[in-house]
Amino acid sequence: MNPNQAPRTRIRLRYSKAGRIRFTSHRDVARIWERSLRRTGLPVAQTEGFSPRAKLHFGLALATGYESDAEYLDIDFKCDEMAVDEVLDALVSTLPDGIIATGGAVLSPGAMSLQQAVTSCDWDIELLNVTAGDLAQWVDRVLSAATLMVTRERKGKQITDDLAPQVRALEVGEPTSRGVRLLATLGTQPRAARPSELLATFESAYRPILIRRTRQWIEQDGARLEPLEVGAAPAQHTLIGVQ
Amino acid sequence: MSLWPELELVLPEVSKPARYIGGEGGMVEPEHHPSKVAWLLAYPDTYEIGLPNQGLQILYEILNERDDAVAERAYAPWVDMEAEMRAAGLPLFSVDTHRRAGEFDVLAFNLSAELVYTNLLNCIDLAGVPVRAEQRADHDLLIGAGGHCTYNPEPLADFVDFFVLGDGEEVVSEINAVICDWKRAGKRSRQSVLRALATVEGVYVPSLYDVVYDGPALVSITPRFADVPAVVEKRTVPDLAAWPYPKRQLVPLTEVVHDRLNVEVFRGCTRGCRFCQAGMITRPVRERPAEQVRTMVADGLARSGYDEVALTSLSTADFSGITEVVSATMDCGAGEVSVSLPSLRVDAFTVGLAAQIQRARRTGLTFAPEAGSWRMRQVINKLIDERDLYGAVESAFSQGWRRMKLYFLTGLPTETDVDTLAIGELARNCVELGRAHTKNPSVTVSLGGFVPKPFTPFQWFGQNTVAELQRKIFLLRDDIKRNRGVQMKWHDPKASLVEGIASRGDRRIGRVIEEVWRQGGTFQEWSEHFDYDRWTQAMDRHGLSVDWYVHRHRTEDEVLPWDHISAGLHKDFLWQDWRDALNEVGLEDCRWTPCYDCGACTGYSIEHIVASAVPPAGGSQGTGQVPTGYQPPRAVEVQLSGVGERASS
Repeated sequence: MNPNQAPRTRIRLRYSKAGRIRFTSHRDVARIWERSLRRTGLPVAQTEGFSPRAKLHFGLALATGYESDAEYLDIDFKCDEMAVDEVLDALVSTLPDGIIATGGAVLSPGAMSLQQAVTSCDWDIELLNVTAGDLAQWVDRVLSAATLMVTRERKGKQITDDLAPQVRALEVGEPTSRGVRLLATLGTQPRAARPSELLATFESAYRPILIRRTRQWIEQDGARLEPLEVGAAPAQHTLIGVQ
Repeated sequence: MSLWPELELVLPEVSKPARYIGGEGGMVEPEHHPSKVAWLLAYPDTYEIGLPNQGLQILYEILNERDDAVAERAYAPWVDMEAEMRAAGLPLFSVDTHRRAGEFDVLAFNLSAELVYTNLLNCIDLAGVPVRAEQRADHDLLIGAGGHCTYNPEPLADFVDFFVLGDGEEVVSEINAVICDWKRAGKRSRQSVLRALATVEGVYVPSLYDVVYDGPALVSITPRFADVPAVVEKRTVPDLAAWPYPKRQLVPLTEVVHDRLNVEVFRGCTRGCRFCQAGMITRPVRERPAEQVRTMVADGLARSGYDEVALTSLSTADFSGITEVVSATMDCGAGEVSVSLPSLRVDAFTVGLAAQIQRARRTGLTFAPEAGSWRMRQVINKLIDERDLYGAVESAFSQGWRRMKLYFLTGLPTETDVDTLAIGELARNCVELGRAHTKNPSVTVSLGGFVPKPFTPFQWFGQNTVAELQRKIFLLRDDIKRNRGVQMKWHDPKASLVEGIASRGDRRIGRVIEEVWRQGGTFQEWSEHFDYDRWTQAMDRHGLSVDWYVHRHRTEDEVLPWDHISAGLHKDFLWQDWRDALNEVGLEDCRWTPCYDCGACTGYSIEHIVASAVPPAGGSQGTGQVPTGYQPPRAVEVQLSGVGERASS
């Protein structure tokens, strides 16, 4: 039997990651999802072969230690219909503390993968050792710079990128009890710019104590959409808690 | 008070921060109270090695079920985390509620390997307690230790307040009662609680014993008080069915070793392998009822979400009706469940079993022939013949496995180069068997240097020197090198030497352990941190001879550092078994044959609990009965044709 002809429903879920579980890695989170879904008993599709695994498709990796209000994954179910609410309800008791599934949508066939589709992310960065005034000056320098060259190492080679086109928005946010907040929107194509790379420009020694991804965006035909709004099959469209 | 606000500032700076966050499925956040004894159960190695430890998890549950106890867990912080903690003034902490170690009453370690001893000292120091027991004040943490290494507690005698010997399920509550009384009475006089602990059966309080030496020789270790036992007996849980723990195995948020559901199917082993300390000290055999195994597997899979379960024991294929249990296990999960059987004896690994466990996913396969020649296996009493191994390997290849690992020891008593080279021969023959089933069969030989352990017949044997082990390793490596399909890995013989120092050392070795620790020698079981010279130099500095402690053969009349400890085994039984070994005489498994009176059952009035009255079918089964008409093979071809006939019949 051709597995491609087996019934399939793909659901995109949004979840948050916060608290002490933020120190787990992207790989850890993938394993947590596999176990949590298995515990729900829902009919998650499996890969073929000697070592079958749940068919889960994760979006952009979140760096270890970062929090997020807006993580996404796509799950294949081996059935023609699957209600988003049923999935969300089942996960309430099986996900560990700190990971909460906050919304979902059934995807229409052929929807682009998260990794390809997402174009930018909003970040909320809490900085410890800086005043709002100093930070505002640094923001001006970053925004007025023609280029922001950053060097990173990949497979033993030094690679230099220009970060400037990736900085879509940058502003000083409200102060917190511990420091100052920096709000940024960073591009993710062809490679996701990292908040740590942004903070390293102009030799800033700013020490983030908490970095939180607040939104992911898909730019489509001039509009910015939340990943649950893209490619969702209208008839079964369910959205919960989208701001 | 939680240290979390301080810890979360430090965690972004360290590798694998998830080691320190806790939050596992099944974790308890117990309510501490002045009337409850607070235990910090520690594993003195990294989180990913320590988390799966079943002994620690069992005690964690039993204590937290009590209304007069709470238990949390701690693991040795990796070197980067330790540096951050010391820089920030942060002590050892629990991963459950991130309490500082000082808020607990007891810091109790699980000791499974000698090379972690310096980590134990480091954890005590990080807890803010003097590392030497004699320097501790009344209110300092009580330092306890249990686990297999405590059968020779002497090297750690200066650092640990009390040791616990044997199964912990029952004795932990008795210890808790003693400490609870002491705590509720205001923790007056540390000496009084230690004296009380020494009267609990299975508990050894080293500070209550005098040690007498005559030059390098140990003369005696004797109690200083009449109510302190001259010989401390181990504890044995008579029936595993009464202890279906862990009931809520911890499901970690990050990757750990043995990251799967683990269900212990029996404890103890009477195969009688003479190098194996675990098999000697955990006697008798106590099987868990098959029905309980099934329940624990089904419940465990449902609540954990794991899709792999290991049925654990010292030799799982010996479990009565193992094939049925494996089959039932694989059918009980919601989806595909794979079963792994660690510690598989080759003589019980049949095609049926192979077919069962590969249904969901082929887990790694390791067989442990331990020695290359039949003569050598008679010496060590691992009575499996070549045909058993080839039969098992054939079964595995025929069921789709393409690679497997074979575990061997070198440096065994009476070993010659013929025995060492026979390992290569076995491995090559296994690869040849695989060629009938797959294009690129692969067999990895894993070679460990033999370290004699207390309470085994080999406790009198002088360990091979580093040079001799190295020579044998290279001899085999050069022999195997030319063969496609055979790979070889080996343990560092220098690490085996250090293990040997601690394994049979006496109380004087404590100074060496302390010195290596003070020089920064933690995580010695990690090759990147192991420092051989630190150990040998520390031995020299304290006037202790490596040769005397490690390489010397002991005599029958010698006082051994663990003679005041009892694992139930009669010393004359072990001595006779040592003589039998040298005479190449094997000993059958007493689970299915008459008793040899080793002492483990008779001494404690307990018995084997084994569902099947006969050994599992097939092979020689380690019963010492070589199949009728069996001739040791002369040529590979003879073996191969023999196997082929069996496979086709």
